[in-house]
Amino acid sequence: MPESGDSKGFTSTNLRLKIGLAEMLKGGVIMDVMNVEQARIAEEAGATSVMALERVPAMIRAEGGVARMAKPSLIKQIIQAVSIPVMAKARIGHFAEAQILQELGVDFIDESEVLTPADEAHHIDKHAFTTPFVCGARNLGEALRRIAEGAAMIRTKGEAGTGDVVFAVRHMRQITREMRALTVLSEQELYAAAKEHQAPYELIRMVAHTGKLPVPNFSAGGIATPADAALMMQLGAEAVFVGSGIFMKERATPLDVENNPKEREEAVSRAKAIVIATTHFNDPKILAEASEQVTGTMKGLAAAALEESQLLQTRGW
Amino acid sequence: MNEKPAPPRIGVLAIQGDYAAHAEALIESGAVPIEVRKAEDLAGLDGLILPGGESTTMLKFLERSDFFGALQGFSAHRPVFGTCAGAILLAREVRNPHQRSLGALDAVVERNAYGRQIDSSILTAETALAGGPLEMVFIRAPRIVQTGAGIEILASRDGLPTLVRQANIMAATFHPELTRDRRVHQAFVDLVSASLLRSDSSHTG
Repeated sequence: MPESGDSKGFTSTNLRLKIGLAEMLKGGVIMDVMNVEQARIAEEAGATSVMALERVPAMIRAEGGVARMAKPSLIKQIIQAVSIPVMAKARIGHFAEAQILQELGVDFIDESEVLTPADEAHHIDKHAFTTPFVCGARNLGEALRRIAEGAAMIRTKGEAGTGDVVFAVRHMRQITREMRALTVLSEQELYAAAKEHQAPYELIRMVAHTGKLPVPNFSAGGIATPADAALMMQLGAEAVFVGSGIFMKERATPLDVENNPKEREEAVSRAKAIVIATTHFNDPKILAEASEQVTGTMKGLAAAALEESQLLQTRGW
Repeated sequence: MNEKPAPPRIGVLAIQGDYAAHAEALIESGAVPIEVRKAEDLAGLDGLILPGGESTTMLKFLERSDFFGALQGFSAHRPVFGTCAGAILLAREVRNPHQRSLGALDAVVERNAYGRQIDSSILTAETALAGGPLEMVFIRAPRIVQTGAGIEILASRDGLPTLVRQANIMAATFHPELTRDRRVHQAFVDLVSASLLRSDSSHTG
């Protein structure tokens, strides 16, 4: 990306503001919430942001059907209920959903593989929006293609809704390994590297010089425990998203935080402990204490046992 | 003492937020940054920065194991600079919604005062700091709606202060760490160095 003041460059006001908000979320936990009560629990536990959706990935996975943007009324209720930034998901390529989310005042839009893709070839042109976007990636090339389209934050895709962290680890390791490999190439070798990663040369060159993405690099997709959060942070994630890990009991059943005090307490304990673990990711003593506070963990689904057709991470390109 | 004094060691509250950007800005301004995640990390620091991020999240951590009290004690004796969420934490009173604050800065601060992320903006305005107008990056920014008598206003937006100083305390409602202009961090590092000189002379005198 050129270092000019054009509307798509990293020095443009639009992109600086978008990346600016992503900077503020570093070191924190972004939690999926399906109603106002969950949003309040998340804020109270110390989440830096909430992701408003109708069904968390574990439920989408269990129930099937077309997964779309959340209802505007739900998003508005959640915006009203908390003082922290509110995110929401749009389907891959569904720029009309994104326009609606921007109009509703959502602070960050996740163009997400968790929802059913709306376009088989094109992701959203994210430069066309004032609201910042986060996109998932499995490798460096995919991350840089999303950044070229205007994403202000990258997160690993992992395998959402499983409670199995193995793919988030694979994707984070892959992205960091590929970035490290670029830093030792000569200037002449960067052109071929751009071709290999199928990413714009200017972005490849930027990563080769700095050793990191030009936008914040977060992790998502299967993080379910305080230890998972600490693992991703130690592997280089700058913050974590927790989807189904906080409010789900069984794979298709959420904890009843509205009517069952014991289940509410369990959700609170998970949320708080993951927040503490993300900040103190390098302090095993605090990690042990935080892990001890958790009264239960989502029943997971081993991601390795999933059929290729059941994977969400292969959506998008 | 004729030797050049050692660079000041300035903590950056690293619960969450853009603490890494502040650490970089401190290095560029001639200070040594130290990440602070618990009360014990404050020991031996010459000053402290409370970065941008989510003030509600930071507050949760401060309210555990009396980190809050330790910060209040620190801010009574050492220079502290808060940006955005940090300015909210330093305030005497916080509105929209009300939340607990350290009370180190005699000011009332209103959260998310300009609206949501789509209302975030970058403006350039006059400043009392030498060197011409200052670029200010506002991200879901708060507003300082009332200030006490002892507060010096160094920059403003629409008639309300955006950069203030009160003895050893500085606060900005914008993010100087997200620009290339280092004048604001330099002003804070100078404040820290001056406070060190004062405490040196009080020891020897």
